[in-house]
Amino acid sequence: MKPSIALASATESRVQPMADPKVKSRIRNLNFYYGQMQALKNINMDIFEHAVTALIGPSGCGKSTLLRCFNRMHDLTPHTRYEGEIRLYPDDVNIVGPDIDPIEVRMRISMVFQKPNPFPKSIYENVAYGLRVRGIKSRSELDGRVEAALRGAALWDEVKDRLDEPGTALSGGQQQRLCIARALATDPEIILFDEPTSALDPIATASIEDLIISMAGNVTVIIVTHNMQQAARVSNYTAFMYLGELIEFGATNELFTRPRHQRTSDYLTGRFG
Amino acid sequence: MAPSARPLIRPRIRHRDIRERIIEVILFMCAASAVAVTTAIVVVLLVESAAFFERVSIIDFLTDTMWTPLFAEARYGILPLLCGTLLAAGVALLVAVPLGLMVALYLSEFAPPRVRETVKPFLELLEGVPTVVYGYFALLFVTPLLQKIIPDLPGFNVLSPGIVIGIMIVPYVGSVSEDAMRAVPNSLREASYACGATRLQTTWRVVVPAATSGIAAAFMLGIARATGETMVVAIAAGQQPNLTLDPREPAATITAYIVQVALGDLPHGSIGYQSIFAAGLVLLIITLLFNVLAHLLRMRFREAY
Repeated sequence: MKPSIALASATESRVQPMADPKVKSRIRNLNFYYGQMQALKNINMDIFEHAVTALIGPSGCGKSTLLRCFNRMHDLTPHTRYEGEIRLYPDDVNIVGPDIDPIEVRMRISMVFQKPNPFPKSIYENVAYGLRVRGIKSRSELDGRVEAALRGAALWDEVKDRLDEPGTALSGGQQQRLCIARALATDPEIILFDEPTSALDPIATASIEDLIISMAGNVTVIIVTHNMQQAARVSNYTAFMYLGELIEFGATNELFTRPRHQRTSDYLTGRFG
Repeated sequence: MAPSARPLIRPRIRHRDIRERIIEVILFMCAASAVAVTTAIVVVLLVESAAFFERVSIIDFLTDTMWTPLFAEARYGILPLLCGTLLAAGVALLVAVPLGLMVALYLSEFAPPRVRETVKPFLELLEGVPTVVYGYFALLFVTPLLQKIIPDLPGFNVLSPGIVIGIMIVPYVGSVSEDAMRAVPNSLREASYACGATRLQTTWRVVVPAATSGIAAAFMLGIARATGETMVVAIAAGQQPNLTLDPREPAATITAYIVQVALGDLPHGSIGYQSIFAAGLVLLIITLLFNVLAHLLRMRFREAY
């Protein structure tokens, strides 16, 4: 491995590219349309298993649109259309294929949103939700998995004595960790994060970032972020998008220190975006 | 533009101030008149009822099981009327709650936008049908229909107008519930779908619980409207004060009694005349109670997010 050059001043790399990455998902010639408007143009990239992949780029570049293809959230909006493939391994199925049920996809790929959005239910029921919609009723199984998910989201110690209180009564950072626990509870293969810290203060942000780093290794993470330093801190791989196209994709420390494209370099140095 | 071309800033313009003030006073009087009329109604109700209760004790009024103010041997027990009123409202709710909820669920969560845009105005149109039409609909259409199912059903009964009032308030209950469901933020629906939930699961497990207080408020307003409904029961329920909980029997509601007496020529100040104010007061208290309850529930649901 080449010795890595120091990153830009504010970015401190905490994660490294993986030694022998396995492909979890492969995007092939993906186009996406909102009605007549083409939002994604011929995207090709790999998502590596148990790594964190960051999607960065200026507003409107299509990074959230790409993220939401992975759990077929666009199916909830009329007049949207996928073209091309996102293959999920080891099943080797095209999850944006018209013959694939989006609910089956969401059973395997969960999501954490920009603003914490706990249900107006108890902390326990928030985490158990994904399990209940899968028909799990056994109290002991629910108890075990809720606890494991809350531990996984580093929230267990703070809430273990008040699982019956409403999830909406927690602080913003805790609510977001509750949403992460909800996403973890169903034991997903991939977790999608859509700017998960943009509504949080710096301390809550740091705890979410720690969590994302600790989760990788067990689960594949794809994260959209506006914050380049955040991408540098948490991700193994970064994709830079611009106007619906994938400009550059590579190991995060490579992309941040030696971008191959002028656009990437301009964006990273703050010349636009 | 040269500075000299602008008009100079003058001291306060008196006539402008006065004009604003006059408009303010006129608008205030308009608003105040509505409040004043309502207050006047309540005052009249209270004064006439007080006169009534000077002749009839409140205890008799609340406990006697007969309501025969127009008979020679008059009895003034509100219970039969109250019973008829609540019975009719109860039957109406049995119809309106499930139907209204389903209408709201469909329009809010399932209907494509174009269907919703078409159906909602029709629902609101249904609210505008005069209640006397519903009354004859109950008497001449629903009752004969029910008599085919329940052969010994009398021509006048509470069941038929109850069902028709229920149908009448479906649009109302439905549209208020739908507003409550639409107020549930989309981020909650997205969160539910992202967990792998189906549309039905999202609706039942997330949207409805989140909108509970709004939906409950819709039901309360529905009850208030059903108890206050006059024409349907006056026409189809038989106007016979009858202490019963069987909706197949004829009965009179408070509203039906008031119509019946008010249409006859009762001398001003007679006890029969005063009795309608006492009955009206009871009705006012019931509907006020449910309206306040609905209001409290709605306040809670506004605070939820």
